[in-house]
Amino acid sequence: MAALLTPELMSCVGKSMPPVTEKVSRRDIRHYSIATDQQLEKYLRGDEAPPMFYQRFFEEIATLDRLQDDGHVDDPLVPELPLKRVMAGGCETVFHRPIRPGENLTATRTVVEMYERQGRTGPLIFVVIELKIAGEDGKPVVVERYTRIAR
Amino acid sequence: MIRFDELKVGDSLPERSHCPGNAYLFLYNAAIWNAHRIHYDLKYVTESEGYPGIVIDGPLQGDWLSQVVIEWMADEADMLSIKMTHRAAAYLGETLRAGGTISSIDPAQRDVTVDLHIRNEQEQVITPGQAVVRFRAA
Repeated sequence: MAALLTPELMSCVGKSMPPVTEKVSRRDIRHYSIATDQQLEKYLRGDEAPPMFYQRFFEEIATLDRLQDDGHVDDPLVPELPLKRVMAGGCETVFHRPIRPGENLTATRTVVEMYERQGRTGPLIFVVIELKIAGEDGKPVVVERYTRIAR
Repeated sequence: MIRFDELKVGDSLPERSHCPGNAYLFLYNAAIWNAHRIHYDLKYVTESEGYPGIVIDGPLQGDWLSQVVIEWMADEADMLSIKMTHRAAAYLGETLRAGGTISSIDPAQRDVTVDLHIRNEQEQVITPGQAVVRFRAA
């Protein structure tokens, strides 16, 4: 199999985005809790964020001209890959403490791994991104390794 | 209320079924600010991406795995970690079942490891996962 991951593409491994800080509102938590059909009152009221709330909280709010044909926004952290159809691969997450409304969280995203494999339907590229979320005291809140698959 | 001392390896956690409709899936993708067309545009998803239907987000299924754990443990424990792999896609209209089984118990730390799964109607595990929770001191 011809290598899809050229040295140029591989050079993004280790690259980070500048840290982003966002304030968590009760409304953000309630949106997420309703939209995931949470059952516990503390989540529905927005007193505490459900565990997986962190996952897309820092999604970039990009202008419409940056939407690609498939509706995705190009991720400035990952260069354009030779495979275009993207799907979620999975995640590994460590929780240090719950997220509460009103707090400022700071996220740093880093490409930690990139590899290719032969799948049932053709080649696949795996991009592993580490998301580190810290509180106002600088201590970790959540750390995730998220895998995105291009096919 | 569940008690740490009464837990056994092999115990099942209560299972929950999910059958999201269009509006549910729309709200989820709005909440996470995701405009990926495979989650709402039937013509695009079938003609351009070759899927048989609107795709149910993998991370939404991942959230359902976390809910199996948090609804079971309530305020008796804290979730230390979770991991999952999205093995196969699921489509709008399918009913998916989220559940789990205790796979190990560490009495010293009061840690419990739970193997998690999302199963489709064909009984195929499409998203396996695992979580570790720590029970608070008695």
